Amino acid sequence: MFFRRYLIPRLIQYALVIAIGITAVFFIPRMLPNDPVMRTISELRARGSYLEPGAMDKIIADMTQMYGLEGSTLEQYGAFWTRLLRGDLGVSFFQFPTPVNALIATALPWTAGLLLSTTILSWVLGNILGGFAGYFSHKRWSRTLDAVAMVIRPLPYYIFAFALLLLLTYVVRWFPISGGAGIGHQPGFNLPYIRDVLWHSFLPALSITILGTAAWFQTMKLVVQNVNSENFVQYAKLGGVEESRIVSRYVIRNALLPQITGLGLSLGLIFSGALITEIVFSYPGLGTLLYNAIINGDYNLIMGITVFSIVAITTAVLIVDLLYPLFDPRIRYM
Amino acid sequence: MKLFQDLLRDYKFAWGFSVLCLLVIFASLSFFSPYDPTLWGVVPRDMQPSAEHWLGTDSNGQDVFWMASFAVRNSLTIAIIAGVVSRIIAVIVGMVAGYKGGMTDRVLMFFSDSLLVIPLFLIIVMLAMLIRDSMNLVTLGLLLACFGWAWDARLIRSQILSLRERDFTQTAVLSGTGTLRLVLNEYMPYATPLIFSTLINNMAWAIGLEITLAILGLIDLSIPTLGTMLYWAISYQAILLGRWWWLLTPVILSVLLFVALYWLSVSISEYLDPRTRIQRVGVS
Repeated sequence: MFFRRYLIPRLIQYALVIAIGITAVFFIPRMLPNDPVMRTISELRARGSYLEPGAMDKIIADMTQMYGLEGSTLEQYGAFWTRLLRGDLGVSFFQFPTPVNALIATALPWTAGLLLSTTILSWVLGNILGGFAGYFSHKRWSRTLDAVAMVIRPLPYYIFAFALLLLLTYVVRWFPISGGAGIGHQPGFNLPYIRDVLWHSFLPALSITILGTAAWFQTMKLVVQNVNSENFVQYAKLGGVEESRIVSRYVIRNALLPQITGLGLSLGLIFSGALITEIVFSYPGLGTLLYNAIINGDYNLIMGITVFSIVAITTAVLIVDLLYPLFDPRIRYM
Repeated sequence: MKLFQDLLRDYKFAWGFSVLCLLVIFASLSFFSPYDPTLWGVVPRDMQPSAEHWLGTDSNGQDVFWMASFAVRNSLTIAIIAGVVSRIIAVIVGMVAGYKGGMTDRVLMFFSDSLLVIPLFLIIVMLAMLIRDSMNLVTLGLLLACFGWAWDARLIRSQILSLRERDFTQTAVLSGTGTLRLVLNEYMPYATPLIFSTLINNMAWAIGLEITLAILGLIDLSIPTLGTMLYWAISYQAILLGRWWWLLTPVILSVLLFVALYWLSVSISEYLDPRTRIQRVGVS
């Protein structure tokens, strides 16, 4: 049952979403009137960068190949997929022969580390705070937290990041302004390096965590307030079960289920937000890589990052969705 | 108007509405600006806030106060274009999917779900890069409109689904009302408040993306918007050089704008149905 009813349709949907995303990446350059190859070349020239004729030919050939502009559209489309399935994202134009794969591989651990730690931390924090605030919604601290969340919740990551940046680096002068790790430390598993990384990651992580916590807090509080009015909670109260036990064992556990779905749905947004936060703090992850690619007009790198992100995010969402039955005993596909 | 008075009784709506009105007034001041926002060097550079230049001047030689009023005006313009056009798409998709049901519904919802899952931001960045030369307020608004309808189409669809099951639908269909008339005359009044609250959310989203694209340098940087103000402040290292007024002005204006729009939308959706608030704040 599990396979027929749930897993297979979900996997088909997963494959189709990736196909649509990558198809969009394929067709977007083709829908536009200008030739992306010549456009990039002219941008190169406009910047005054000198290219040897040989290198130029190589770039044109490479770009024509990257855009798959040889043959009919259908053939191009097929070739595009063949290369992608081989895991080949082409080479970066501005850091010439470095493959896009290698650049992404360098930046990825930074972004993954930042995203993973902040998403998990804010999800846990937000749900615990929201759970208690929802259960004790008449208390003063609960209302204060709610008011704070109402103000910071709508802010985009980078606006909040700027506000934090102004406050902490300029007014209070506590934090270094940018960079993942300072110069002079050997990357490796030694204490100064690790401390340096944590120190520099602190501000971007803090802004993502605070905003994320506010968002999870709000939804959790509302869900808990709904669960609160259900019979089993009233019954537990009348039965004299300790309040702390009711909140943590009965209310929060039941309210967590929609929050897991929410986590899956919002991963894409969190990811986009994190990319911009990285740029604001010059944190050396995918966001900064993307920013440099845009500044240099490195179209190949941008396409590579986009394709990679589409696959990564949809896979993450799929994993969250597949884990869902584990948390909800009422859903038994097996 | 009764609706409006009811809403004003909620402090969130009252505050959001007043702040938004103040921002609109501030934005319309730009029509009386003594300086042309596209020129550089019209005032001395890098002046601290003073009686003459209330919010100081920036490194491009522009008065920050007047620049900011242009910025709010242009950002709001982009948001309104994006919001209204994407509302039209969302209403059509949501109503067709909800009313037709079946295969049409599944295909349309599959598309909107895909838009929700894919990191759209990167696709928008790719598109913005390719049309960078012809990027102005209108094209940016339209570009954002193409991507901003998915979630709202879903909300409208679920509303139509519930309306379709009601008795009056049967009565109308049996008495020979055409589909178009049924949808426009009977369903629209129910869907209008929802459309309005999604419009506000969508405007906030569009302003956010406008700022993002501007920070990446992907829109015409000579047009003053909240995003381009931030771009220039960052690229001239306003933080390092201690020119806090230059960065602080767009940051505070954006905070006010986002909070005001959010409070309006929360207040409206709470008014509509306390339960929808869960969906609202969940994924916006």
